[in-house]
Amino acid sequence: MDDTTASQEFRYITKKRRVTEDRRFITGRGHFAADYNFPGLLHVAMVTSPYACAEIKGIDATAALALPGVRYVLTGAELFENINPLLSGLDLPNVKRIPLAHERARYAGEWVAAVVAESRHIAEDAVELVEVDYNPIDFVIDPEEAMQSDAPLVHPQHGSNILCDKTWVWGDVDDDFASAPHNLSFRAKWSRNSTVPIETFVVTAKWDEGKDVLDVWASIQMPKYPEQIARALSLPVNAVNVHFDVDVGGSYGLKRGIRQTVIVSYLTCKLRAPVRFNEDRLENMSGGEMHGPDRIFDMDVAYNDDGVMHSLKIKATDDAGCYPGRAPLQLGKPVSAIVGPYRIKSASYNAISVTTNKTSQEAVRGFGQAPTNFAIETMVDKVARALGMNRDEVRRRNLIRADEFPYRIPSGSEYDSGDYHAVLDKLQDSAGWQELLAKRDALRAKGKLAGLGMSTCLEPSGGNSSFEPFLNPKNDTTTWMESCLIKVDMLGSITALMGTSTSGQGHETLLSAVIGEVLERDPDTIRGVHAESLGALPSNSPVGSRMAIMLGGAAAGAAEKIKKQLLEIAAHNFQLPVERLVYDGGDISVDGDPDKVMTWNTLVDIAHRNYHKMPLGSEPGLQAQHTWEVPTGGALPAEDGTVQMYPCYAFEAHIPLVTIDPDTGQVEILDYHMGHDCGTVLNPDIVRGMTFGGIAHGIGAALYEKFEYDEGGQHLSGSFMDYLLPSSHEIPHVEMIKHYTPSPLTTFGQKGSGESGYLGAPAAIASAVNDALAPLGKSIETLPMRVRDLEALINGQTE
Amino acid sequence: MSEHKITLTVNGREMSGYAEARVTLVDFLRDVLGQTGTHIGCEHGVCGACSVVLDGKPVRSCLMYAVMADGHEITTVEGLEGPEGELSPLQDAFWENHAMQCGYCTPGMLIATHTLLQENPYPDEAEIREAIGGNLCRCTGYQQIVEAVQMTAKKIREAS
Ligand code: FES
Ligand code: FES
Repeated sequence: MDDTTASQEFRYITKKRRVTEDRRFITGRGHFAADYNFPGLLHVAMVTSPYACAEIKGIDATAALALPGVRYVLTGAELFENINPLLSGLDLPNVKRIPLAHERARYAGEWVAAVVAESRHIAEDAVELVEVDYNPIDFVIDPEEAMQSDAPLVHPQHGSNILCDKTWVWGDVDDDFASAPHNLSFRAKWSRNSTVPIETFVVTAKWDEGKDVLDVWASIQMPKYPEQIARALSLPVNAVNVHFDVDVGGSYGLKRGIRQTVIVSYLTCKLRAPVRFNEDRLENMSGGEMHGPDRIFDMDVAYNDDGVMHSLKIKATDDAGCYPGRAPLQLGKPVSAIVGPYRIKSASYNAISVTTNKTSQEAVRGFGQAPTNFAIETMVDKVARALGMNRDEVRRRNLIRADEFPYRIPSGSEYDSGDYHAVLDKLQDSAGWQELLAKRDALRAKGKLAGLGMSTCLEPSGGNSSFEPFLNPKNDTTTWMESCLIKVDMLGSITALMGTSTSGQGHETLLSAVIGEVLERDPDTIRGVHAESLGALPSNSPVGSRMAIMLGGAAAGAAEKIKKQLLEIAAHNFQLPVERLVYDGGDISVDGDPDKVMTWNTLVDIAHRNYHKMPLGSEPGLQAQHTWEVPTGGALPAEDGTVQMYPCYAFEAHIPLVTIDPDTGQVEILDYHMGHDCGTVLNPDIVRGMTFGGIAHGIGAALYEKFEYDEGGQHLSGSFMDYLLPSSHEIPHVEMIKHYTPSPLTTFGQKGSGESGYLGAPAAIASAVNDALAPLGKSIETLPMRVRDLEALINGQTE
Repeated sequence: MSEHKITLTVNGREMSGYAEARVTLVDFLRDVLGQTGTHIGCEHGVCGACSVVLDGKPVRSCLMYAVMADGHEITTVEGLEGPEGELSPLQDAFWENHAMQCGYCTPGMLIATHTLLQENPYPDEAEIREAIGGNLCRCTGYQQIVEAVQMTAKKIREAS
């Protein structure tokens, strides 16, 4: 399908349509969490630990409390007595996570006490006056050191720093290695970085004494947020009301501020006043949930003379930081696409999660897939190099063929659809692969270090939670539903409710387009609403690249139910079977007799006011809810260790051309081409934007971004001066081409695109940098490939 | 700490309030004057989310104290619309090109590019990238922002 045929089938989706949400943002009328103000609002600032690890022997808040305007100082000890520990993804009964350090501070920057005052300024002043008596103790920063038997224990009660060490073998890995003529192994590193949003985490809580309800306004993107708040505070979930209509200033997986929320929720109940915690940048980057996967890959691959890869062994050692939360689960999700887009027959995977005295790791765009894709793509390039073959040729020989779908990979996931060869061909054509090679060689001839990169990667989408039971047998969750409620009011306008927040994905636009498509009504007249949690529906939030599929599917399902109701009303009034009727734009006429028509307004009016014209026993009004289970979901992992993870698989191929300045190590991206197939595209501008943004994140991860710790365990990247986010100078113009292979599993053939770009760009940049280094006989397998790392490598100071 | 009376012209309207000397201009605009369109990303001058126009020049309102702006004229994102609430050509182009996702950097981006177009109505891509080089966006990878400014510039060119 090309662009035109893809869009002909539909009225509204796939077409250019302005994004509803944008209007409030261009006029300064967004409602971000920090924009809500309340009389008597109190503000929190955090007292942080200066030590990588220390016992807390005592906290003296006398001087702080004496400062005018200071209202309270909350400690971990008080919280420990009064709340339930926060949930962790793995079964780790002895690793207790309390929102403020209790008895022991486990990383430099950890929040030890929360000062509450009438203004943030006063709270910050008072932070300086809180006296904490620390006893510094041994700590461990390096994950491999942490695995040694004599390493200091981050959680002594757990008895080890290893949180999880599991191995799966899918297929005859040993035989496949033994029978292959070649194998190679290497180590690759993905350093601690994340998608750091420009808005920090902000939460305001207010106990409504008249209703006995805890109201929460937060910049949140987290599954089961109201439930987690209720559990921590021993409240019924129907006493927690999360206002999901708060605009979230970017999240990309990260904004999981449950600690922050529990702190302010506890405080508002205690102090009977609204309380806000608005992280400053340092609180956000050192103390908050802002760090992503931090991973070492030990890779082995067995392959033939012709470049065909047979088997793969991956050992991934991941530094979860000090409180595991959901971090270790990010080792599980990549099992969804553990052999990438390739026909690799067998694989083994050893996933190790280690705790260290660093900030906790949180979920980041792709949930562990971007690092894994980087390791797999590095492997493919190495096979090509070892055989003296072209990298595109090795990929072509290994990519799953279009006629092989649905394709079951060794670990049990079935890929729904794709045409990887077509996308790669199309991309190489449009990018001018041969011309780019010539351009690279011309640059080299002038003495430059120039490299052309390539990656071909998958984006698993439609997120379910299969990785939870996969890594934690005590967790038997097998549904990860999403819902939509559509109401057609008495005057005929349509309102659709969803039960989650948005952080830039355009869910209101998604709902109106999908519902407009099914009901054939103008999307601009349809309103999508982020319902507050007390009025909301079962939802799992916009994570795991799932909303186009899941919210789209739920909305389409609800719209079909509305259409069915309308047809039944018309059938009753015409005294004809439904099969004789034609639905057109909301009006219903009799087949073959177009003059016999009931309009949308008439039908709606009957539903709301004329019960005597309704089919016997039907419900008055016009509303329908649909809750959709993830396609292919619903099962626990099999006994043999195979599992169906996400349902849909989007494909992306990247080709960047770079130069490296040999004197400074500075990488410049001269050209960037990308080919993308995420099935049917619901809104082209949204998908383009997400993909460009994902590429920018990927370039940051590949070249600039790292949360760094020194030997003393101090975090060195607490500001935008030290943690480098790429600007419009570093991010190039991207030429993108599209291909459309619909998914057979979804309503319109759509797949996810929320992680697109990010899942292939780091690998592609690494490929280009290594291509540039190849003439020197050098290579680098650690991200980020920073200026100083490359400069040292090129000039022989490092290997 | 004692408070100072500060009077500013914000988007053509005189506004005043009280703040301590240590209160930044962005906090004053947001918390005292209720102009929440201007955002805070870093409070150390790197991200540009807090950009406003002060006497015709773009400034980072997190790096200035409110008292320093006393008596000055400020334009924020709320001031870009026309008198009847009509979108400026630049705002309209941001919408048309979906030059945002979460919208958090958008006020700063609009301020930066609005000032660029006033000084240079016909910028090329490099000049646009230069103008937004001090404004970080984590969502868009900048491309649709550049396209929006290019579209606006084209319209200005065609209209003149
Ligand atoms: S908040 Fe002012 S530059 Fe970031
Ligand atoms: S639109 Fe989200 S940071 Fe720019």
